[in-house]
Amino acid sequence: MVKVKVLGTGCKNCQRLYGTVTETVRELGLAAVVEKVEDLAAIMSFGVMSTPALVVNGRVVLSGRVPGKEEVKKLLQGA
Amino acid sequence: MTTLFANYLVYRLFGVAHGTRLGDALSFFVGDIVKIYLLLMVIVFAVAVIRSFFPPERARRLLGQKREFVGNVLAALLGIVTPFCSCSAVPLFIGFVESGLPLGVTFSFLISSPTVNEVALVMLWALFGWQISLIYISTGVVLAILGGVIIGRLHLEKEVEAYVYEIRMGQSATAAEAGIVWRDRLAYAWSYTADIFRRIWLFILLGVGLGAWIHGYAPVDLVVRFAGRGNPWAVPIAVLIGIPLYSNAAGTIPIVQALVGKGMPMGTVLAFMMSIVSISTPELIILRKVIKPKLIAWFVGIVAVSIIIIGYLFNALLPA
Repeated sequence: MVKVKVLGTGCKNCQRLYGTVTETVRELGLAAVVEKVEDLAAIMSFGVMSTPALVVNGRVVLSGRVPGKEEVKKLLQGA
Repeated sequence: MTTLFANYLVYRLFGVAHGTRLGDALSFFVGDIVKIYLLLMVIVFAVAVIRSFFPPERARRLLGQKREFVGNVLAALLGIVTPFCSCSAVPLFIGFVESGLPLGVTFSFLISSPTVNEVALVMLWALFGWQISLIYISTGVVLAILGGVIIGRLHLEKEVEAYVYEIRMGQSATAAEAGIVWRDRLAYAWSYTADIFRRIWLFILLGVGLGAWIHGYAPVDLVVRFAGRGNPWAVPIAVLIGIPLYSNAAGTIPIVQALVGKGMPMGTVLAFMMSIVSISTPELIILRKVIKPKLIAWFVGIVAVSIIIIGYLFNALLPA
């Protein structure tokens, strides 16, 4: 089970990433749990200063930009 | 080369007659637009690649716990190369404060980041020459340094929301940076450039078109009377109007074009532009989550006054 967290305080980019991630999970049929984290303290605890950010199984794999679907696929599958 | 393309488009494709005013204006306009779009894409792309090397987490490490002044200068410079998104303003702020960076240094970063914007640079260069562009960058940096130093001196640390000092920032973000390869950088830079272009191509079109129209047709009177050299209050008025206005740098270009075309002095125009981009209402609202109203007020006040001074300075230094 892959644990995915999308970090973001609710702006357009963060929502876009969340959408891309949930879509990718569905398309790949991955056994994954996707959570949107909007709480500041929680976001900071990952050492992230630039949202949106993507956390896979506890590791920050991307921060500060909105990746394309291909990259999200790579990041999710590489977990 | 762009002139050849423009001429082809206007005279061949659209069949406008040679030697007509319309033909001249159109070919000039098309040539200008194409040149600007190309310049924009190239520079935004280059800047995006540079920025991929400077995520905020890295700026935070580089700034460490630098003291005043050296810290302010470094923060102002790093603010230029660090990508800035209004939504990241809060985590960014918290990250810097939490690492022990002095408040003033953090503000130097916050001022330079949105103000010294690569789109503004390109547009100012394309429309008014590289000297104006350089002036804009340098004053933006100086503004960031001074603004940060002053805020630091005022010791407004208690005007930061208390919880910010309680937050403990984790270390794991560094892992994300390590994995980036050149292909990712270029892909990021390309999508960033495409996104910027998508968002501002119309503004640029309107701006250049407006400038060309004004140049040819509009009488130069009303605005010059109120905000031209004759009026000593022009600069503060322009800056005050700019405060509540919000736009990214590109959006100001049509306005800037129009004003310069109508004879407004360059110093006043630059002050107006800076006031619009560096004091952004949406960003202030977002920052309210971490900064109390008093500090926000000080921030706006200091930046506004500095910009006004800059405006007067350049009106005095630049020839009419």
